[in-house]
Amino acid sequence: MNITYREIEGTSPGYYALLAVLGLFILLGLGAAMYMEHEGHHVTGMSNQIVWGMPHVFAVFLIVAASGALNVASVSSVFSKTPYKPLAPLSALLAMSLLLGGLIILVLDLGRPDRLIVAMLNYNFKSIFAWNIFLYTGFLAVTAVYLWLMMERRMNPYSKRAGLVAFVWRLILTTGTGSIFGFLVAREMYDSALLAPMFIIMSLAFGTAIYLLVLLSAYHGTGRALGDATLRRLKNLLGVFVAAVLLMVLTFHLTKLYVTQHHGVEQFILLDGGVYTVLFWGGQIVLGTLLPLALLFHPATGASRSGITAASVLVVLGGLAQMYVLIIGGQAYPMELFPGFEVQSSFADSGIAAYTPTLYEIALGLGGTALALTLVTVAIKVLRFLPLSLADADVDPHHAAAKDAA
Amino acid sequence: MSETEAPINVYRRHFLTSIGALTASVALGGALVQRVASARAPEEAVTGKVRWGMLVNAGKCVEGCDDCVKACDEENGLKSSGRSEIDAQWIRKVTLKDKTTNRTTVLPMLCQHCTTAPCVDVCPTGASFRRIDGIVLVDKHLCIGCRYCMMACPYKARSFIHEAHSDQKSWAPRGKGTVESCTLCVHRVDRGETTTACQDACTKAGHNAILFGDMNDPNSEIAKHLATEPSTQVRGNLNLNLGVRYQGI
Amino acid sequence: MAPAFADIPKPKIPKGKGERCVEDTNVMRKNHMEFLLHQRDETVHDGIRTKKHSLKECLSCHAVHDENNMPVGIDDKRHFCNSCHAYAAVSIDCFECHQSKPDVLKVSGSSP
Repeated sequence: MNITYREIEGTSPGYYALLAVLGLFILLGLGAAMYMEHEGHHVTGMSNQIVWGMPHVFAVFLIVAASGALNVASVSSVFSKTPYKPLAPLSALLAMSLLLGGLIILVLDLGRPDRLIVAMLNYNFKSIFAWNIFLYTGFLAVTAVYLWLMMERRMNPYSKRAGLVAFVWRLILTTGTGSIFGFLVAREMYDSALLAPMFIIMSLAFGTAIYLLVLLSAYHGTGRALGDATLRRLKNLLGVFVAAVLLMVLTFHLTKLYVTQHHGVEQFILLDGGVYTVLFWGGQIVLGTLLPLALLFHPATGASRSGITAASVLVVLGGLAQMYVLIIGGQAYPMELFPGFEVQSSFADSGIAAYTPTLYEIALGLGGTALALTLVTVAIKVLRFLPLSLADADVDPHHAAAKDAA
Repeated sequence: MSETEAPINVYRRHFLTSIGALTASVALGGALVQRVASARAPEEAVTGKVRWGMLVNAGKCVEGCDDCVKACDEENGLKSSGRSEIDAQWIRKVTLKDKTTNRTTVLPMLCQHCTTAPCVDVCPTGASFRRIDGIVLVDKHLCIGCRYCMMACPYKARSFIHEAHSDQKSWAPRGKGTVESCTLCVHRVDRGETTTACQDACTKAGHNAILFGDMNDPNSEIAKHLATEPSTQVRGNLNLNLGVRYQGI
Repeated sequence: MAPAFADIPKPKIPKGKGERCVEDTNVMRKNHMEFLLHQRDETVHDGIRTKKHSLKECLSCHAVHDENNMPVGIDDKRHFCNSCHAYAAVSIDCFECHQSKPDVLKVSGSSP
């Protein structure tokens, strides 16, 4: 097997149009961030009750998806599945780009983004945020080395070991991200060790969905061959991950439902939480889980590119809905300071806290996403990330045999 | 080593000290005089021998009265923006209604000054910290405004400053993009005073529901109450060893 | 050489109160931020409130007054800190949070 990687040409009007659109979103995001920074957070929908808002929904989604995007490379390096090898460089590139996109959103949403240097020089090592600063920067470094070992032919023999390091690192990283919420004893919705493994499985689903979308667009846009067998492997992988997320979500809510203390928050999310209930059932479960599962595993849609594309888009949207329900819904539900009492105060101790995201917050979130995609779009033109052909016969010499078995 | 001081400041300090000592001895008797006399010198660091705390008697707290809240706002220069959901509230009045018995209780809620404070644990830069004498503070020089402490606080005691401020009180610096909460009137503590603004207001209103003091000093008013009367900690199951204790809930 | 540079604009630094500053002028010019930084950490974390290097004392001696004999704030370009920081184009973060005017002969509303 001899795979040839080549830069994409990147001179078509479509390529430049894509860059222009992404660039516009980046500019809008930057503008929104500067406005929020200059005015203060009172121009956002965030408040003393909903302290983390739309930017965090996007940021956490992208960071989680980033570690999952590396999965395709891990399948190749760690689990030695040859057909995934040509897909690996894009996987690592996407992982780094998504992480950078997510982090930039987080940083620009800080109350004092100008003090980022303070966060780099002062650490409280009991803080999961502080761990994450190292986990994120470390992930970028590890993945960069891994990528180099994969792309530099002379270093190829070492890439397997680097892939293992990157794989372990990404597991720890997503554990860290999930623990940001999981270790919060204060709020009913969080305070669960289940959040760490749930985030890992979510990352696999979100990352694979985004990987599929990027792969499909890149090969469609460049007119390079993309074999059905490759797509089938990836879409089956996605289906398994989506089903696994469903299992975790089920376990998460059942655990909470069993404990009387958490009945309030469960009733809020599952039954009468308004937008959060709608987003949970409609967005996360139906559109983000059941429909994609049906599309991916139905013989007709599962074999069609538009079916796979639609399923991947739905998984991404469902993932955003899930983040919204978890992050915003978890804060909107009132904190139970006095169990057994009805509470009223001037500081919204009772009732559901209201939150309406403003355009600025959404623009910042989309800007970070656009940045991640721009990095990928530019990188594949500058360096040799994409194989000239991912046709089944080129990817897997034993393709015919595999096809018969399938 | 010339410490330049405007004469007016020297005069003021002497005046304050003598007035403070006089008031204390007249009003509250021997124990407090001793406290003022042994107050820390400005160059002396705080010690862990002292543990500042507060005892709130919900039974004495009166419905409809928010003098403690107003006094806190005035003392620390907190102003309303007109949008309550983004206004800073270091202390707030909470009304509790027992779902079974319908009995109502009112009480002030504020930073509970936990010994093992979740806000201190989660702060990435160490801006959230517990001073060794028990006061949980935000070092705004280190705060980057990530609001993780607000996510972690089990008492919703913290506020984020959503807009620019000028005209702060010189003893209560606060600015856009950082997080803040009750300081137990640390500026007063460091001046050697023995009451907080909310306690003064509550006393003035004749309710006497708030008592501030050194929980470690067996002779202090608060320690005597805590030693002889029942008191509770809000969300005591979290086992955070709070600096603010309640009676009557 | 001197004549060639004679017409370079120099910052107009207002004079403070009293005979002399807490440190020599040259030391202050070079190191005032270090003193403030050191003092700030001691004050915030250890409750040490000595006056020598405290920001409040700087503001109290170096206050610049306007036509109505009221101290000017940091948004006024005559403010002592501004007089040099604006010239040197170095931004000051202190007054994002700190009051930039000295207290005028009163402590807090509730204490004497």
